[in-house]
Amino acid sequence: MTQRIDNAFRAARKAGRKVLIPYVMAGDPDLATTLALIPALQRAGADIIELGIPFSDPIADGPVILRAAMRALAHDTSLDDVLKLAARVRAACDVPMVFMSYYNPIHHYGVERFVRDAVAAGVDGVIVPDLPPEEGHELIVAARAAGLATIFLLAPTSDETRIRKVSRQATGFVYYVSLTGITGAGHANAQDVATHLTAIRAHTNKPIAVGFGISTPEQARQMGQFADGVIVGSALVKEIETGVEKGRQGDALVRTATDFVARLRQGLDGGGPGH
Amino acid sequence: MIQRTSGNGSGRYSQPDRNGHFGPYGGQYAPETLMPALAELEQTYRKLRRDKAFNRELNNLLSEYVGRATPLYHAARLTAQLGGAKIYLKREDLCHTGAHKINNTVGQVLMAKYMGKPRVIAETGAGQHGVATATVAAMLGLECEVYMGTEDMERQALNVYRMRLLGAKCTGVHHGSRTLKDAISEAMRDWTTNVRTTHYVLGSVLGCHPYPMIVRDFQSVIGREARKQILKAEGRLPDLLVACVGGGSNAIGLFHAFIPDQGVDMLGVEAGGYGVESGKHAARFAGGTLGVLQGTCTYLLQNDHGQINLTHSVSAGLDYAAVGPEHAWLREQGRSRYCHITDDEAMAAFDTLARVEGIIPALESAHAVAQVIKEAPRLGKNKIIICNLSGRGDKDVYQVARMRGLQVT
Repeated sequence: MTQRIDNAFRAARKAGRKVLIPYVMAGDPDLATTLALIPALQRAGADIIELGIPFSDPIADGPVILRAAMRALAHDTSLDDVLKLAARVRAACDVPMVFMSYYNPIHHYGVERFVRDAVAAGVDGVIVPDLPPEEGHELIVAARAAGLATIFLLAPTSDETRIRKVSRQATGFVYYVSLTGITGAGHANAQDVATHLTAIRAHTNKPIAVGFGISTPEQARQMGQFADGVIVGSALVKEIETGVEKGRQGDALVRTATDFVARLRQGLDGGGPGH
Repeated sequence: MIQRTSGNGSGRYSQPDRNGHFGPYGGQYAPETLMPALAELEQTYRKLRRDKAFNRELNNLLSEYVGRATPLYHAARLTAQLGGAKIYLKREDLCHTGAHKINNTVGQVLMAKYMGKPRVIAETGAGQHGVATATVAAMLGLECEVYMGTEDMERQALNVYRMRLLGAKCTGVHHGSRTLKDAISEAMRDWTTNVRTTHYVLGSVLGCHPYPMIVRDFQSVIGREARKQILKAEGRLPDLLVACVGGGSNAIGLFHAFIPDQGVDMLGVEAGGYGVESGKHAARFAGGTLGVLQGTCTYLLQNDHGQINLTHSVSAGLDYAAVGPEHAWLREQGRSRYCHITDDEAMAAFDTLARVEGIIPALESAHAVAQVIKEAPRLGKNKIIICNLSGRGDKDVYQVARMRGLQVT
């Protein structure tokens, strides 16, 4: 429910800290790991979890997330599987969960059915990188009625008209793509981000989380100066990939991820290594 | 049942709608980063389409550089051998670079120049669109990079080298199926990253609006010429148009001018691969369902979970999981029909056209020829077929030889 996301931003603001949103690919390297990972990430300092639904043709993603999707698809991780997984996570913990899925798996599942099942499983919001609000009518209507947040994206290329249009349709938060490019492409420029966030805030009071191009605790801290939340995807997925390549599994693999997220948390809170 | 523009009484077909939809198909399923660029592209295109200087330059390039108009050739021996309808071939294989693809790249690369973008990128399957983009980029002095699946690079090594000779960078894409689909994704990623300096020259009637419209318009010169040529040669319109359909640009190019001519039957030929029942094919209408891939809503080959299936065709240019959205719309309106031809049937037609008419067709075009071989005897001698010979087979000679266990060096 949108409510759980709103609460996360409200609680963080009250406590004077920024929302940390790590991204993991569901089923990478397997669903059992993802099931253990999500509550562990919350304990390590995550406020919201972005959960990737693997897709065969992820046009907005760089090689790291693409490879994670291929690992998940190697054992046929499907949207049905991830919905079941979400329900099990929800039974175990209260961390807000946001799905990040390309549109085709949702379209194929049936938009209304997806929204209904996602809410029933305890999913709080959805990000669809290839669905601009212009094409999102069906999803927006269904999600509004069910209380599922529709998190739309803004980019450095978005002009004022688009900022208005997109931020109006976004619920939960606005996802600001910090660089002109794909996920994991490089380093976001803090000054550029600051300028753009000022422009966006002129049109909306909704929380803004910044993602793409944030890979270190220090970058998280920088972005946290301007944004309400920080999303870290490729860098975390890369940690998991390296762990898999080193033969880690189960608790050891989960620890690889939580150690990294704990460092991000420290960075975001203005302390710890590199500060 | 074709939609007509209201008010002017001319019965003109006017698709897509303002938002880039062909009925329920098409649209703009694009990452936010690209949305402003797509809007700019559409705006520029609508302006240039009415711009006298642009049209003069485009028409001049089409006639002096591409070699248009291409002939509408009466295939007399093939007609006699099949004993049915009179067969005409629209000779797009005679265009500079050997296929219809250049009709579009001349238009789009010229647009890039007018937009002040110093760099163009493209995807390619068979390599024809890559070569056509590299060619025009060289001629107009723009930097060019072409993405190509490594599986296709192997099948079409000759075209890879041609692109390099033309000064383009040909970049291999080695994830997914390593074919056209993955090359498109990679080109979209490049465009998302370099959108401020780069124009993406999409090669078929696919992807986000406005691409299906722009590519169709640049390719529609095929049908406009063919319509005039057949009226001159026969004093009447044809009964049947046949063209192969990968994304569907050569087919829409031929069909478009004939859409208001209700008496003209239009037949698109998809790749049947090893047969639709084998699951190894690219027959989207026969084996596919509605979905969204790479920016557009159309018929796709996908599994029960909405993951895109691997496709197969002997011809790299037809080996793609989605069909152009306007084809889906024309089919739904009952205006066009679609069938499929297997690898073996296409190979047989490849030989037939070479031996009977002295024309080696591209393996893609051989699918259309194979369907003509089926249709012509069923139609009376008083009927007329126009088959779009979308490309020549030079690029396929090594592959065909290899498939037959021969070594050509």
